[in-house]
Amino acid sequence: MDAIEANNLSKSFGPVTAVDDVSIVIPEGGIFGFLGPNGAGKTTTIRMITGVLIPDAGSVRILGTDVNKDPLTAKLKMGVIPENGTVYSDLTAEQNILITAKFFGMDRASREKRAGEILDRLGLSERRNDMVRTFSKGMRQRISIACAIVPSPPVLILDEPTTGLDVYSRRLVIDTVRHMNEEGSTILLTTHNIEEANALCTTISIIDRGKIVATGSPEKLKKTFDTSRYVEVSFDQPVGQALFSAPGITRAEPWGDKWRVYTDDPDRAVKHLASAAEQNHLTIVSIATSNPTLEEAFVRLTGGV
Amino acid sequence: MDWKIFARSIVVVTEKNMRIYYFKGPVVVFGLLFPLIMFLTFFIGRNLDIILFFPGFLGMMLFFTASSVGPLITPWEKREKTYERLVSLPVILESIIIGDLMAGAIFGVGITTIVFVISAVLLHLPLANVGLLAFSFVLGSITFAALGTLLASPTTDNPSNIMMLSSLVRLPLIFVSGIFIPLSQLGGWEWILTSLSPLTYLVDLFHASLNGDAVYPPWVDVLVLMAVILVFIWCAKVIQKRNLVKGI
Repeated sequence: MDAIEANNLSKSFGPVTAVDDVSIVIPEGGIFGFLGPNGAGKTTTIRMITGVLIPDAGSVRILGTDVNKDPLTAKLKMGVIPENGTVYSDLTAEQNILITAKFFGMDRASREKRAGEILDRLGLSERRNDMVRTFSKGMRQRISIACAIVPSPPVLILDEPTTGLDVYSRRLVIDTVRHMNEEGSTILLTTHNIEEANALCTTISIIDRGKIVATGSPEKLKKTFDTSRYVEVSFDQPVGQALFSAPGITRAEPWGDKWRVYTDDPDRAVKHLASAAEQNHLTIVSIATSNPTLEEAFVRLTGGV
Repeated sequence: MDWKIFARSIVVVTEKNMRIYYFKGPVVVFGLLFPLIMFLTFFIGRNLDIILFFPGFLGMMLFFTASSVGPLITPWEKREKTYERLVSLPVILESIIIGDLMAGAIFGVGITTIVFVISAVLLHLPLANVGLLAFSFVLGSITFAALGTLLASPTTDNPSNIMMLSSLVRLPLIFVSGIFIPLSQLGGWEWILTSLSPLTYLVDLFHASLNGDAVYPPWVDVLVLMAVILVFIWCAKVIQKRNLVKGI
């Protein structure tokens, strides 16, 4: 059985089509990443999957249960961290977790044991009795995650879980996602951080302007643009675009203190750059060829080039 | 639908609301001080018949306490972004509406019972039917907590908008009820206007249970209040469902 099955989801807000006929099938056990630029429709899709927003068309099933027809049963199967997921500021860290556990029907002993375990895992044991309003953003996000995982949900849905977090909190969140996946939870997450998606996800869908433009493993998506490679080069003096005008070079762009030169034939491009440097009395400080990254695939797929 | 899960979701939403919004020192203190201030305003220095006007005073207390915090809960949670988390938990819209209602009703019954007991002891009030009085407390609290939930439903994440709306709706309901002038002394258009306020029927029930001098038979008051509860809940559900469709 699939963990999440979203069929032909569509949603419009007035004249704006936010999500247009999106279908996603996520088998049990994987970590599925949902990537897209701002306003692409990621959060709208997640909100329809979690039952927060009623779709104009389409259906969502969580482990076989329709979210809109039997929301109570479907929601019992998932833990959710909404975008900007906040928790109740006027409750303590532990109270937030315990009250969430009550919604899932956990008995008192299980609630307290599980809350203790999670607070330990997320490094918040010492602050368990403090009001959440006194917490930093990273700590609040950790409590938000604690609330989502307290029932050990078979499906865990996270909308931008690491946005705006410090390195320590981000690492804790990623470790927790991996841990939950190892414990058997299927994960659906949206993120802006492409390297994070690359490192975490077994499958990625890229959404743009409300439509899914590509789905596959991170490696498969990278290979989509295997014909397009690039050479990164830096010189001892500033140079202009004219230096990169040569057959086989499709474009060049400044990349920090370097230039990134896109080409179908890296070997030919490297030879041209060496020759051009000699002619212009330049010294090559560094040069390296690379395959396209997931970020490159993302930028190409979402029309960012 | 699994009714056990539904019932549990209502209980937990109620508990959550009680902890976060009602069991707060300032809220409880205000709830208890407010009747005292209103009592002094109405009765001190005026030669009013306490026995005749106390049911109206009691109705007004219940009205204000049961509908005081409820209108602010949903807008506040939308502003704080906790509403989305709540909706994604194992709840349905009805769980949230009824949970909000229950919290307001419990607060209303609690505060009004304390006020009544103190008043009954100090003022030697008559008590014609204690069972009917207790039932009236519960029914009245649910009615006005349902009004609070309805007032919380319009699309906004700004609690101050709802406070304005709440005053705009609640104050006229008081003025057109039979609090200031006993129903038995009204006639014509005044009678019709008064019949539009649910508070009128609650005050009449209090007259029946305290003094035994109600205008309508108690079953009429009960039926009207129950119908009003259903209408308020239905309207709240329709508006909040529309908000879920619109994503607001």
